[in-house]
Order: sequence, then C-alpha cells, then structure tokens
Amino acid sequence: MQYIFYTLAFFAILCALFVVFEKNPVHSVLYLILTFFSIAGIYVLLNAQFLFIVQLIVYSGAIMVLFLFVLMLLNLNKDTEPQKSVIFKTAGAIAAGSFLLVLVAVLKDTQQSTELSAMTDIGLVKQLGKTLFTKFVVPFEVASILFLAAMVGSVLLGKKELY
Amino acid sequence: MLMQINHIVPIEHIITLSCILFCIGVMGVLLRRNAIIILMCIELMLNAVNILFATFSAYNGNPDGQIFVFFIMVVAAAEVAVGLALLVLIYRNTRSVDVSLLDRLKW
Repeated sequence: MQYIFYTLAFFAILCALFVVFEKNPVHSVLYLILTFFSIAGIYVLLNAQFLFIVQLIVYSGAIMVLFLFVLMLLNLNKDTEPQKSVIFKTAGAIAAGSFLLVLVAVLKDTQQSTELSAMTDIGLVKQLGKTLFTKFVVPFEVASILFLAAMVGSVLLGKKELY
Repeated sequence: MLMQINHIVPIEHIITLSCILFCIGVMGVLLRRNAIIILMCIELMLNAVNILFATFSAYNGNPDGQIFVFFIMVVAAAEVAVGLALLVLIYRNTRSVDVSLLDRLKW
C-alpha cells in the first residue's frame, strides 16, 4: 500500500523535473499532465474521490488542453525557445534548493496531530456537497462571479480589434 | 477494502513531497524565460499546495480543506484562461513569449 504512494510521489517529482528541464514546450505540457495524473493518484490514496475526479477533469482535461491549444496556436518549438545564461540558471537552482531546505527544516519540527481520523467518507461527493452548499455557499456564488469576469476578460483580450 | 493511507504513510512524507513539488515550481519560474512554462510552473505550485490541503483534511477528518482545494482549482482555471489570453496578446505584439523582452516597466 505505501509502495503505491512512494511510486506515485517519485513519478510526480520526476515528471515535474522534466517539465522544468525539457527544452521543447510541448513535451513540458505532456510531462505536466503526467504529474497531474500522479497527484490524482495521491488523492485516491487520501480518500478524496471528489478531488480525484475534479483533478482529472479540470486540471488534466481542461487546463492542460488550454495550454496545449495555445502552444500550438503560437507555433512554439525547440528552436524558438529562449534560454537564460548559465549563471542565472545556477543561481535559480541554488535559490530553489535553499528554499526547499528552509521549508523542510521548518516543517520537520512542527507538531502534527497524532490522532488519526476515523472518518473515511469526508472525501465523498455527498459529504463535500453538503459542506459546500451549507458552510461555503457564499464563496461558491462569488466563484461564479469570478468565472463570469474571467470569461468576459479573456473574450475581450482575445478579440482582434482591441484598440 | 477501504484505503487508509493515514495508517501507513507518515504525514511528514506527504508534506515533504508537497515541498519538493513546490520548489520545483519555484525553480521553473526562476530558470525558464518562456511565459507559458512559467504559467505551468505556477500551476505546479498550486497543485503542491492542493496536496497539502487534501492531506491535512484527510488526516484530521475535516472536509473544509478539500473545499479549499476545490476553490483553488476554480481560481486556477480562471487565472489560466485570462493568463493565456494575455499571453496570446503579448505574442501578437512582440512575436515572442520571452518574458525578458517585457521589461519596459523596469526602473
């Protein structure tokens, strides 16, 4: 059982590294989709079935298709890929590595609740729907306004004659 | 068989996985100059935080964390739609997605 988790975690990290280091942007997008699939697998292990489905549909489906679509619309490939100098790359890698060190060191000493949850059905659609439409109904409605604004904005930005 | 990760995998390991994914996202933002890759790395960072929310939610038996993940996904979808529309506009004006060309607001 725990081997599934460690395999998924390893796969997610490997694919995430490929996203960063792959020269071809299309390959980067495909590796990011694989990363999202591994994360969806981790949601299954966490008993979060609703998040699993939403991750697959929204992230791996909608968002990444949008990325791929724009990449192909702009006709980007390996030759047009801008590159940073070696000094900047080294500095970026060192900065990110130090940040990881700080994060892990901080979180290592935190006190986690040791009692394990007996509830196993909190990730189900029924339970989450009840919470969403009682406790979080106002943020849910605000999210619809956000989507409307985003939709209007992207249509306006995408129009040919903007000015 | 109902899967029970919280009896087997210690929570520290999932937190570490989330930290590693977040830092890979940070590294991507710092290393790459392609604006689309930078947006993708931001998505990766959002996902790392989502794992953390879902983990704490599952380990503490509180569904609020998973609702938060849902809202993060909502915001991420809206952000990507607007961001990519902006990116297409930038490409139309500069014929490139290189973020280092967009330094007119610098200094």
